[in-house]
Amino acid sequence: MQKQNKLASFEEAVLPHLDAAYNLAHWLTHNDTDAEDVVQESYLRAFKFFGGFRGEDGRSWLLAIVRNTCYTWMQRNRSPQLSFPLDDELHEVESTDLNPEALLVQRANTLMVRRALEELPVEFREVLVLREFEEMSYRDIASITDLPLGTVMSRLARGRKRLQLALTKQMHGEVIS
Amino acid sequence: MSCQKTQELIHGYLDGELDLARSLEVEQHMHECEICARSYRSQSTLRSSLKNDLLYYTAPEQLKKRVRFSLRKEAKSAVSRRAFGWRWLFVGASLTFMLLVGVVVWRLAPRFIRPSGDELLAQEIVSDHVRSLQMPGHLTDVLSSDQHTVKPWFDGKVDFAPPVKDFGSQDFRLYGGRLEYLNNRTVTTLIYQRRLHYINLYIWPAEQTGSTGEVTIQRQGYNLIHWSGSGMNFWAISDLNSVELQEFARLVQEGQSGD
Repeated sequence: MQKQNKLASFEEAVLPHLDAAYNLAHWLTHNDTDAEDVVQESYLRAFKFFGGFRGEDGRSWLLAIVRNTCYTWMQRNRSPQLSFPLDDELHEVESTDLNPEALLVQRANTLMVRRALEELPVEFREVLVLREFEEMSYRDIASITDLPLGTVMSRLARGRKRLQLALTKQMHGEVIS
Repeated sequence: MSCQKTQELIHGYLDGELDLARSLEVEQHMHECEICARSYRSQSTLRSSLKNDLLYYTAPEQLKKRVRFSLRKEAKSAVSRRAFGWRWLFVGASLTFMLLVGVVVWRLAPRFIRPSGDELLAQEIVSDHVRSLQMPGHLTDVLSSDQHTVKPWFDGKVDFAPPVKDFGSQDFRLYGGRLEYLNNRTVTTLIYQRRLHYINLYIWPAEQTGSTGEVTIQRQGYNLIHWSGSGMNFWAISDLNSVELQEFARLVQEGQSGD
C-alpha cells in the first residue's frame, strides 16, 4: 500500500520531467541509445532515493541525478570528454568581441549551432543546456552542477564566447568553401 | 561603469539575473558605449539562435513506456527483495543460534543432563519470540486481522495448511502471520494480540498422528504451551500470564476441532 503511494507520488513529481532528463542526457552523451539508458538508470536511482526528496523542484532534483549518472557513464566509457583540461585562462577568447560577426551568427543554421554546441567542452555545454534550453536560474544550475554561483556565471560567459567563436569559424569555413 | 565591468555583467543582464540597480547601470553604460552595446547584441543574437525547438531532444514515446515499466518492476521487486533479505537474515540467525546451542550442548553434555528435544525447541522459540518483538517489522510478514487474508497468504509458501482463526470476540485478536525457520523446518507463525501482549503461535505438521495434551512451561519469564493434534504441532508463547495463555490454547484447540 505504502509502496503504491511512493510510486504514485514519484510518478507525479518526477515523471513529467522526462523530456528535460532526456535532453540533458543527450547533450551530454551525444547519442540516442546512451541517452535512453542513462535516463532509465537515472529514474531508477531517483526512485531509490525518492525518500530524500523534500518536495522541492522535481526537475532540478532529477536533473542533478541525470547529470551524475551521465558523468558515471562517461567515466565508465572512458569518454575523452572528461579529460578536457579546464584551460579557459590559457585559451580565453578575446573578451571584447568587436565583431561584425553577429550577422554571420544570425545566419547560422540549426545544424551548425548543434555542431558548435556539441563540440563545446562538457563543462560549458552543460551550463548552456540548462540555461538556454531549460531556462533555469543560476541558483538552480549551481545546485544541479554542484558549483559555486560565480563559477556558473563565468562558465556561461566563457561558454557563450566559445560558442560564438566556433560558429563564426564555421560560417567563415562555409563562405570559403 | 567600466567596459570591463559591463562585459562581466552582460551575461547576468542577458539572463535576467541582475538586480534592478545593476541592470540600470548596465543599460546606462551600453547607451554610452557602442562597443559594449554591440557585444550585447551579438550575445543576444547567439541566444536567439539557441532558442530553437529543433535543438531540444524530446524523449521518444517508447522511452516513457520503458521508464514506467522499469519503475513498476522496481517497486515490486523492492518489496520482495526486502522480504527475501529478511528471511535469509533470520534463517542465518536461527542456524547460527542452533550451531551455538549445539556446541554448548556438546561441551556441557558430560557434566549435565542432556536437554531433551523439547527443551531445545523451547529455547529456540523463546529466542524467536524475543527477536520477533525486537526487530521492527519482523513481527508479521502479513498484517491482517482477517483469517481469510492470513490463511491464503501461506498458500504456496509452505506445503501444509495451518488452521487460521480469529478469536477477536474472546479478546484474542488475530494480528497477522509470518514464516519462520524453527526445528529445522519452515513453520507458520500466527500472531495474536491480547491487550498489549502478543502471542506467537507456531504451527507445523507433526511427524506422528494422534494428539498429545498441553504442556505448560516457563522460560525466561515467558509462558509456553505446546500440544499436538489434527496432525499438527502447536507451540504458543507469550508474556501473558499462564491462565490466559491456557485459555488461548483451548480456544485454538476447540477452533480446530470445530473446523
